[in-house]
Amino acid sequence: MNANNGKRMLWVDHMYRIRDDQDQQAFAELFGHFAPRVKGFLIKSGADGSLAEECAQEVLATCWHKAHMFDPARASVATWIFTIARNRKIDVLRKQRRPEPEDLGWGPEENPDQADVMALQQESEQLGRAIAELPANQRELIEKAYFGDLSHSEIAEQTGLPLGTIKSRIRLALERLRHAMK
Amino acid sequence: MMEHSIKHHLTDDILIGYATGTLPEAFNLMVAAHLSLCDTCRAQAESFDAVGGEILDLAPSNDIVLEPGSFAATMALIAGGPVDEIQVPRVSGSVLPGPLQDYVGGDLADVQWRGIGMGVKQAILPTSRDASARLLFIPAGAAMPDHGHKGIEMTMVLQGAFQDEDDYFARGDVEIADSDMHHTPVADIHEDCICLAVSDAPLEFQGLLPKIVQRFARI
Repeated sequence: MNANNGKRMLWVDHMYRIRDDQDQQAFAELFGHFAPRVKGFLIKSGADGSLAEECAQEVLATCWHKAHMFDPARASVATWIFTIARNRKIDVLRKQRRPEPEDLGWGPEENPDQADVMALQQESEQLGRAIAELPANQRELIEKAYFGDLSHSEIAEQTGLPLGTIKSRIRLALERLRHAMK
Repeated sequence: MMEHSIKHHLTDDILIGYATGTLPEAFNLMVAAHLSLCDTCRAQAESFDAVGGEILDLAPSNDIVLEPGSFAATMALIAGGPVDEIQVPRVSGSVLPGPLQDYVGGDLADVQWRGIGMGVKQAILPTSRDASARLLFIPAGAAMPDHGHKGIEMTMVLQGAFQDEDDYFARGDVEIADSDMHHTPVADIHEDCICLAVSDAPLEFQGLLPKIVQRFARI
């Protein structure tokens, strides 16, 4: 485990502390890291400063309230927060509902297999490293697609990001869970 | 419902749009309905979410300043209870996946069908106006009127199957058509076909009768 993956596992641990103990210290650290980033995301998406501030607070409050929904075998904490922020953006800036796919019929397991959690968090770290190492123009393109409200037709073929591993990891988790349901 | 193995999937373009939150509501509805049936695309969509997470994590934050008292204000929000109570739809096990049930306001029996000629019926779903979503009912063996497209149209089978010049589409399969395409889908003879169709432009029908139908039916 390298330092970055250690950081990811630390955020996972923070989420557990928030979920199990309503730990304000853990939440304060999570807030310190993610609230400014969420605010920046919303500003780049077209919100003015005060709206972005308000939404960032709401997004982080949602992290607290929905801590029991976070599944570290399926997503990194950053990914989970990104999805909450993105949904808030659609709701507030575009004034639209965002339909979600069916829930798979179960919440996250109380204590998912630690090996699955480690593997997913590690792969997300690899993905992060791959993004950080992209040539500047490609990275900019991805940032614009995710942060700005731009079209995105070029990304799919341009980036060559190692999505395969994380995708197969998620698919494996889905299959296992579907199997467990039978 | 995983009874049939889906062969026609959503494109990465569309899935990226779903992850970034840039699609019109009707397209998001198509994606949500398809992901409810397709683990392959669900996994792909979640990996595009993962890219978003990494971008968020990597973003420099030193130029972004929170308001003074931001943390205290957030703790006050938390003390006030959950803001939104949006429920993720549960597995429906029905012809209509959960997200479509939400838009219909019930199940298949509650759909407000309107006949648009030749036994074909449709029900327009309430989405934002930048694109449209509707359910289509095509009697077994019947043909849809030939229509060209402006923009992008996606059609997903929910019940039965249809065939066009190129391919066969069954439950969960999505046909994606663009402006170059003129086609004549025919419903499989074994069962009435129910589809979800979304479009970011009005369809243009060829021939007089469908044109008149189009005027009244708001296709």
